[in-house]
Amino acid sequence: MAVLTAAKAGSRSASRFWTVRRRDNLVGYLLIAPQLAGSVLFVLLPLALVGWFSLNEWNVLAGTFEYVGLDNYARLAADPALRDSLTATAIFSAGLVTLNLTLALLLAVLLNQKLRGTVVFRALFFSPVLVSLVAWTIVWQFLLQPNGGINALFGGGPNWLRGSGTAMLSVIVVQVIKNVGLNMVLFLAALQGVPKQLYEAAQLDGAGAWTRFRRITVPLISPTILLTSIITVVGSLQVFAQIAVLTQGGPGTSTTVLVYYLYQQAFPFHHFGYGATISVLLFLIVGALTLVQWRMRRKWVHLET
Amino acid sequence: MRRKLILYAVLCVLCVPFVFPTWWMITTSMKPISEVFDFSLIPQVWDLSSYARVFEMQPFGQQYLNSLYIAAVVTAGTMAVAAMAGYAFARIRFPGQNVLFVVVLVGLLIPSEVTIVPLFQMFNRLGLINTHWPLIVVPILGAPSVLATFIMRQFFLTLPGELEEAARVDGLGRFGTFYRVALPLARPALGAVAIFTFLHSWNLYLEPIVYLSTPDMFTLPQALTQFVDAYGGPLWNVQLAAASMTAVPILVVFVLAQRHFIEGLAHTGLKG
Repeated sequence: MAVLTAAKAGSRSASRFWTVRRRDNLVGYLLIAPQLAGSVLFVLLPLALVGWFSLNEWNVLAGTFEYVGLDNYARLAADPALRDSLTATAIFSAGLVTLNLTLALLLAVLLNQKLRGTVVFRALFFSPVLVSLVAWTIVWQFLLQPNGGINALFGGGPNWLRGSGTAMLSVIVVQVIKNVGLNMVLFLAALQGVPKQLYEAAQLDGAGAWTRFRRITVPLISPTILLTSIITVVGSLQVFAQIAVLTQGGPGTSTTVLVYYLYQQAFPFHHFGYGATISVLLFLIVGALTLVQWRMRRKWVHLET
Repeated sequence: MRRKLILYAVLCVLCVPFVFPTWWMITTSMKPISEVFDFSLIPQVWDLSSYARVFEMQPFGQQYLNSLYIAAVVTAGTMAVAAMAGYAFARIRFPGQNVLFVVVLVGLLIPSEVTIVPLFQMFNRLGLINTHWPLIVVPILGAPSVLATFIMRQFFLTLPGELEEAARVDGLGRFGTFYRVALPLARPALGAVAIFTFLHSWNLYLEPIVYLSTPDMFTLPQALTQFVDAYGGPLWNVQLAAASMTAVPILVVFVLAQRHFIEGLAHTGLKG
C-alpha cells in the first residue's frame, strides 16, 4: 500500500515536470532533430566553407592552402572565360524558361479542352520526365548526329552538336522536351481550378477566345505561373548532365554554362579555391533571381490566397 | 466535330518529339550495328547481342543494384525525415520554431552545385570518397530533403485541429498522434515525396561523377556514358541498350500507376 502511494506520488511529481507543454516541446525538437542536424552539417557548414575556400589559394598537388583575400574574386572578374560562361548561361536560361513555360501552358490549355483521350496524351507528354536524364540525353546525342534520326527525318541538316548556334539550341530543346511535362501538369491543375462560370459570362459579353485567355485564365493562374517560373529559372541554372554528355561545353565555350565551368575548374583541374569562388557567384545569382521574382509577385500575381 | 479533329491532329503532331526518342532508343538497341543509322521504325533484323555486350563491358548488374539500393534507401530515409520535421513544424508549437524553420529553409534556396566543392572536401577528409555514403547521407538529411519537408509541412497544415483533440481524448501522446493519426492521413503527400525523391536519386549525375571513381561503385547515369570504343566514340547500340534498361522499368511502373503519379505530383506535390 505504501509502495503504491509512493509510486503514485512519484508519478505525480514526474508528470508535474513533464507537463503536456514540455512533452510537446521535447517531441517537437526530437522530430526536427535529423533535418536540423542535416541542414547545419550539409547546407550551412558547406556554405560557410565555400566562402572560406574562395578566400584561399589551394594547390592540391603542392599541398598548399594559403589565404589570399579577394584575389580569387579579382581573378574571376578579369577572367574572359567567365564572360563567355555568363553569356552562355543567360542564353540557355532565357531560351529554356521562355520555351518551357510557353509550351507547358499551350499543352495544358490543349489538354484542358473537353476531349476524349486527353489522359493518354497527358501521359505521353509527361513520359520524358520519367526517363532517366542521362538515358534521355544519350538518345538525343544519337539522334542529333550528322547522320542521325533528326537529319534523316528532315532529309538532311547541320551537325547539330558541333555548330556554335545549333549546339545551344539543341541543349535547350532537349531539356525542354524532357521536363515540360512537369510544368504542364502544374498548369493543368491550375486551369481546372478556374471557375467555368467566368468563361460563360465573358462569352455572353462577347469576349473572344484570346481575350478570355488573357483576361481570365492568365490572371487566375498567375500564382502557378510565378511558382513554375521560379522553379524553372533556378532549375535552368543547374543544368549539368545534358551539357556534359551532349557538348562538353563546346564547341569552343559556347555551351559552357556556369555550373559546367565550376565543375571543370574544381574537379578535372583541381582549382578548388577558384571553383569555390565560382560557387559563391552562382549562389548570388540564384539568390538575386529568386528575390526579384518573389518581389514581382506583388506586381503581377493576381490572387494570392 | 471539325474542331475536335483539328485538336486531335495538333496533339498527335506535338506528341512526336516526346514519344519518338524513347521509341528510337528501344528499337535501335535491338538493331545490329550495321543497321543503327538506318531510318526504320522497327529493326529489319532483330539483334539482342548489344544487351549481352552491356554486361560484358561494365559490371552493369552491380551498377544497376547500386542505383536501385541507393535510390531505395534515400527515398525511405527522406520520407521519414521529412514526415517528422514537416509534422513538427506544422502542428507543434515549441520555442524557437520559426528561427529553426528558417534555418532549414535555407536549403531550398541553395542549388546543390554551390556546395559540391566543400562537401567533396568534407567527405574526402572522412575518407568516404568512392563510397556511396555521400550519395545517401546528403540527400536524406541535406538540401534535397528540405523540399520534401516543406511539402509535408504544407500538407500537415491542412489537417483539422479536431483530429488531434480527438486523439488526445483517446489517450494518445504527441508522438502517438503523429504516428497513428496524422501519418496515415498523409499517404498522398508521402507518395508524391517518394516519387520525387526516387527520380532525383535515380537521375543524379554530378554527384556520382565527383565522388565515385571505380566502375563497380558507379551508378547507372554514370555507367551509361562508359560504353565507348578504344577511341572514345560511343557504341550506339550498346549505349542505347543500357539506356533502355534504365528507362523502361520506370516507364512500365508509370504506365501502371499513371493517374497516381501525375495527380499526386500536381495536387500534393507543389500546390499551396
